[in-house]
Amino acid sequence: MKLTEKEYSYLTKKISPDTKYYKTLPTAFIIGGLICCIGQAIGDLYKYLGINETDTGTLTSITLVFLSAFLTGAGIYGRIAKSAGAGTLVPITGFANAVVSPALEFKTEGYILGVGAKIFIIAGPVIVYGLAASVIYGVILYITQLF
Amino acid sequence: MEIFMEYLKTFLIGGLFCLIGQLLIDFTKLTPARILVSYVVAGVIMGAIGWYEPITDFAGAGATVPLTGFGYLLSKGVKQAVMEKGLLGAFTGGLEASAGGITAAVIAGLIVALLFKRGDKTKQM
Amino acid sequence: MSEYLNEGTIILTTEPSVYSYAAAGGKMEGDGPLGSCFDYISQESDFGESTWEKSESRLQQLAFSHALSKGGISEGELSFIFAGDLQNQCTGSAYGIRDTGIPFIGLYGACSTMAESLVLASIFVDNNAAEYCAALTSSHFCSAERQFRFPETYGGQRTPTAQWTVTGSGCAIVGKHNNPPYIKGVTIGKIVDLGIKDANNMGAAMAPAAYETIKSYLKVQKKTVNDFDLILTGDLGSVGSEILYELFRKDGVDISTVHNDCGLMIYDFEKQDVHAGGSGCGCSASVLCGHILERVKKGELKNVLFAATGALMSTTVVQQGESIPGISHAVHISCE
Repeated sequence: MKLTEKEYSYLTKKISPDTKYYKTLPTAFIIGGLICCIGQAIGDLYKYLGINETDTGTLTSITLVFLSAFLTGAGIYGRIAKSAGAGTLVPITGFANAVVSPALEFKTEGYILGVGAKIFIIAGPVIVYGLAASVIYGVILYITQLF
Repeated sequence: MEIFMEYLKTFLIGGLFCLIGQLLIDFTKLTPARILVSYVVAGVIMGAIGWYEPITDFAGAGATVPLTGFGYLLSKGVKQAVMEKGLLGAFTGGLEASAGGITAAVIAGLIVALLFKRGDKTKQM
Repeated sequence: MSEYLNEGTIILTTEPSVYSYAAAGGKMEGDGPLGSCFDYISQESDFGESTWEKSESRLQQLAFSHALSKGGISEGELSFIFAGDLQNQCTGSAYGIRDTGIPFIGLYGACSTMAESLVLASIFVDNNAAEYCAALTSSHFCSAERQFRFPETYGGQRTPTAQWTVTGSGCAIVGKHNNPPYIKGVTIGKIVDLGIKDANNMGAAMAPAAYETIKSYLKVQKKTVNDFDLILTGDLGSVGSEILYELFRKDGVDISTVHNDCGLMIYDFEKQDVHAGGSGCGCSASVLCGHILERVKKGELKNVLFAATGALMSTTVVQQGESIPGISHAVHISCE
């Protein structure tokens, strides 16, 4: 029996199990929410220490990044992410994990071509397109201000 | 009570951003890398048209910790820099505002690469 | 002498023997249902080496040396080694056996490589082109993951159709007709691609190839599914196996009663979170060389059709939007 690609695609979809969304969705929501609350608590701590609002935001990000980096190195972040999915992907801790994990992985290829060259292999696009979008916005903003 | 409400808002909005990400993972063909790029770009756009600031006012870290917050930070930085320096600001504002987070990630990556043993997922099974 | 029949099927008239066989694996494989069948299990995935690539080479050396010593065969008696793995340029094999000094033929058939190497080793022996040949393949979870997917510490979620690369290696030494198990015939598969683009659903990419190859062997050799005690596919996993049943069902054939899949056998689905099952060259290699050949030798299984399956995927080309070609080679192993 010969199947066309279309028939086969239909058969594959029918047989391949769906993700257990009743499990993944609430887990992502809860873990993601909790990470944001940890961020809020860190921010409150810095505010309590008398640091101004802008610096508080930056310091909070840096703290979360280092926290995530440490958990990544210890192999804990990946373990949480296995069930948390987008809950650990979307917060800035996920960005840190995406930077730190290739740095650690490609250590065997040396500090220049391994760690140095591959550090942005996953997170690079985020910076590239984030910056590109911001420059476009800046240029538009500048032009609209001329009139 | 006020503190509780504040954290509840953080939790709900932050969770919501992640929930949307999970919906994209589960029900679309988008890869995690594409989702992250979409989040940052969406953050820049929402920041540019003024939608994101009210969310950060409402939810605090619930809006700044997700990657859309990173995009918002870029747009905020660019806006301020363009006001101060004109066209040059379009090129400097984004990185200036987000320098802390990006530099921290790079430095943390180097430190972890120096100090930690490489990972092994099979150990977690 | 080997005799070509049709549709890639060759009958091996001298019926070469598999003299010895051995399997080595990692901790997860040792914890699985076939753990006791392995000749060597390492509790550490690094096998005492500093890079994952070296670990895989070490793993292959372990399977190779155990197979030789079990069969009482010395390295010098081997005419050729047919070996392969999942790494680019077959690194695991080339570095694993570089110190042996034995003529080497490197193979790439993705997860079908165990059948590919066994096919070639048997044909060489059958035609008097070799005295003894080794068929040797391996895969390592960590070396495969960093080449095909993500860093070990990256926090990603696997889809339900994703398969887990086996850390394992198997080696079979083929020689002239002697004691069972015998290799009676082989089918060299053709590439079958029904347009699957999802690199996380390899079972679906490979199932049509397994179907075509198994069907060809049965048709050309004028056999039915029930002439076999076991039709063993390589690593279709749960999704690919279901698809295979469905494809045969459309022909009015029920293959499910005699079918099993190496990817379904190697892990404990209750305790080990491997989603759709095991995969990788080392999956079918270690299940065949650790478990199945022994059962054929003892006569517990009389006729086995071993059809390892491979997804000939390149991460580069998949990123370019191409679909994943599948392949499957079959080997008829018998104790009669």
